[in-house]
Amino acid sequence: MSGWSSGRVIGGKEISLAQPHGSIGAAGSDALVSIQAVTFGYDSRAVLSNVSLEFDRGKVIAIMGSSGCGKTTLLRLIGGVITPQAGRILFSGAPIDTSDRAALYALRRRMGMLFQFGALFTDLSVFENVAYPLREHTKLSEQMIHDIVLMKLDAVGLRGAATLRIAEVSGGMSRRVALARAIALDPEIIMYDEPFAGLDPISLGITANLIRRLNDATGATSLIVSHDVEECFRICDFAYLVSGGRVVGRGTPQQLQAAEDPEVRQFIRGEPDGPVRFHYPAVPIAQDMGVGA
Amino acid sequence: MSEFVAGLGRWALATLATLGHAAAFFVDLVRNSPQTLRRPYLTTAQVHAIGNRSLIIIAASGGTVGLVLALQGYITLSRYGAAESLGLLVALALVREMGPVITALLYAGRAGTSLTAEIGLMKAGEQLAAMEMMAVDPRVRVLAPRFVAGIISMPLLGAIFSAVGVIAAYVVGVLMIGIDSGAFWSQMQDGVDVFKDLGNGVVKTIVFGVATTFIALYIGYESEATPEGVAQATTQTVVVSSLSVLSLDFVLTALMFSTP
Repeated sequence: MSGWSSGRVIGGKEISLAQPHGSIGAAGSDALVSIQAVTFGYDSRAVLSNVSLEFDRGKVIAIMGSSGCGKTTLLRLIGGVITPQAGRILFSGAPIDTSDRAALYALRRRMGMLFQFGALFTDLSVFENVAYPLREHTKLSEQMIHDIVLMKLDAVGLRGAATLRIAEVSGGMSRRVALARAIALDPEIIMYDEPFAGLDPISLGITANLIRRLNDATGATSLIVSHDVEECFRICDFAYLVSGGRVVGRGTPQQLQAAEDPEVRQFIRGEPDGPVRFHYPAVPIAQDMGVGA
Repeated sequence: MSEFVAGLGRWALATLATLGHAAAFFVDLVRNSPQTLRRPYLTTAQVHAIGNRSLIIIAASGGTVGLVLALQGYITLSRYGAAESLGLLVALALVREMGPVITALLYAGRAGTSLTAEIGLMKAGEQLAAMEMMAVDPRVRVLAPRFVAGIISMPLLGAIFSAVGVIAAYVVGVLMIGIDSGAFWSQMQDGVDVFKDLGNGVVKTIVFGVATTFIALYIGYESEATPEGVAQATTQTVVVSSLSVLSLDFVLTALMFSTP
């Protein structure tokens, strides 16, 4: 029997299912980020409902789920872009306070984020994009910035592309430039929003390997939000499966692959119909067509 | 009936909320503007982008308006034997009204739309969100330099518009029609007051600069992050800016020139 089905495994540690929502933040936990009973929604639409997760230091952790299930919302909550309607989020043991802008910005300097399409500054070159956070937050000399930027670009294999304009780089390359920018200040946590979306197989493999390699080299915590089961399982230490605004599965890739839960199984195996319905809720087709009694 | 009243109430509440939000945004812009002094190169780059690049259309329009004003003014003035006052008429019309207003309308069309589209596309491309996540405040880094650059650029563009207009009027009135050059300049010098006319004209351009740049930035920043949203925001900038300039001009003229 898999670990997650007989009990909750959080950050690699199994705890009793009797504890509500996985009762995170337990003494001795090595969590860098702890999401505690968080609820969030847009207008009247609930996106996350009483969700609790924990992300251990130094690990690559995947948050998987179908489109619109609230994965990116989780990253936005951790980044303090939005505020939970209930519950709280701890970063290094301290709650994230979105009302204190100075404290929030100080916290964000310890985070790196890779946006889905890179979000690079199109008026700057590849070099200047990576140098951007260094120029904004440090008083390093020009020579030092030059060296650091080239080191970061070398780490993602793009040192030779330093002088290119953003319009001249491909989708896969721009994702790597964004990754170099995200690690420019050596963050404690790197958040990846759909890093594999829209990439060709070669770029996809390069990006996946980079995430794992950079994580091991820097010791940072990596959070990957994705619906690419195969790539996530290949590089992550632990994964959460989110569906319908709640966590339906958690465990190591092996544990999740062996899961018997129908919802987890449907997602992992990519089955078109199951607990997550193929059809969007609708009235019977006969009624729509105006046939029958 | 109750539906109508409820709808009216909802509309009033939504309008008030938008106005309040815009006012808070404006206060934020003004409060962040002094921070541009720490990195003046950001502002000078924007003065170049929105001011310098508007020069051609401003100068061309100023010249055309000056030519037409001179021709129309000469026809009317010569009926009363006052053709020598052409310089004064053109100068007053330009520095008091046409210079500031037409410059502001052209600025809204040329630079305002560019600002809205740029900010809207930065938002759509998640560049503003990326800045936020890098602990860089886009209101300080992106919006404030553009706001200050707009306030600097507008009076300069207004002055260029009026100067080119006067030169164009000189070409038509003096060089083509044959009005006495001394009378053209001396009547202008005698009749245009530095503070009351030129000064008020400069005040108008500054007010219009604040209004049009703020509107362009606000609409761009609040635009929906889609191609349709950016397109709609750009159009909205022109409409709202133009109406604001014309309304503000009436109010300012009433305040400035209500006493002879």
